[in-house]
Amino acid sequence: MPEHSHAEKRCQDFLQDLSLYLDHEASVALCEEIERHLTECADCEVVVDSLQRTISLYRALPQPEMPEHLRQRLYHTFHLEGFLPEAKPEADKKD
Amino acid sequence: MNESRQESAREQELLRRIHAGDKSACAECIELHAPGIYRLALRLMHDERDAEDLVQETFLQAFKAIDSFEGRSELRTWLYRIVYNAAMMRHRGQRPMISVEDALQENGAVTVPEQLLDWCCLPEQDFQTEEMRSQLEQAIRDLPDALRAVFVLRELEGVSTQDCADTLSVSTDVVKQRLHRARLWLRERLSDYFAERI
Repeated sequence: MPEHSHAEKRCQDFLQDLSLYLDHEASVALCEEIERHLTECADCEVVVDSLQRTISLYRALPQPEMPEHLRQRLYHTFHLEGFLPEAKPEADKKD
Repeated sequence: MNESRQESAREQELLRRIHAGDKSACAECIELHAPGIYRLALRLMHDERDAEDLVQETFLQAFKAIDSFEGRSELRTWLYRIVYNAAMMRHRGQRPMISVEDALQENGAVTVPEQLLDWCCLPEQDFQTEEMRSQLEQAIRDLPDALRAVFVLRELEGVSTQDCADTLSVSTDVVKQRLHRARLWLRERLSDYFAERI
């Protein structure tokens, strides 16, 4: 168990730099400082692990696809129907 | 010639053709950029029909103003700026403007993590459920506008920090700070969700 409260200034300072650390934008010295802190602070370790997991989860979310009827609408608006690529099947067709 | 220079040369050629009134170039521009613009519009508006209207509005504005596009940023960045500004204009008409800080307060965003439960040890299948994805999508929708715009551009569309800053007319430090707050916010929301399952 850590001997300090998670709300201590040290943890808060550390948390401010966490995205730099996770994005590999932190300096070597800062990385070492953060990694040293993580060995001493179980709470911050949980935050880092769950933040990394959060990032991997949202990056794996399926991206919404542009509906085919919108593509057709855009081509129609700009009088480009002659250039319209072959329509892809669309599950969410609207009127 | 490296990849980014080739990309830049292709974009310059596409712009030259659009300027010259080549309709096939306009079609190419739609094929290249409409899907990304739609995803951003959908994340900003929360509603499919509003997002579709916004995509059309964006291309109307873009093709009308293409002569004023000087190429100082990528075309994609310029288009994202148009859709973002149009979305914010619509939001302003619907609700009072509030600052990011006020929004964070109002929505209970945290700067210090409150939920310290270790949910990473849950079985892998718990992270692959439709319910979990739905919770995460809702948490993204609930992000304050300013945080969500940065989050979507940087994390879901892969826009660089500099281009994101240019799109939103803020500094790169602000982009980094907002992204960090968005991540902490989402971590907190997921932690609350998984806490009920441990």
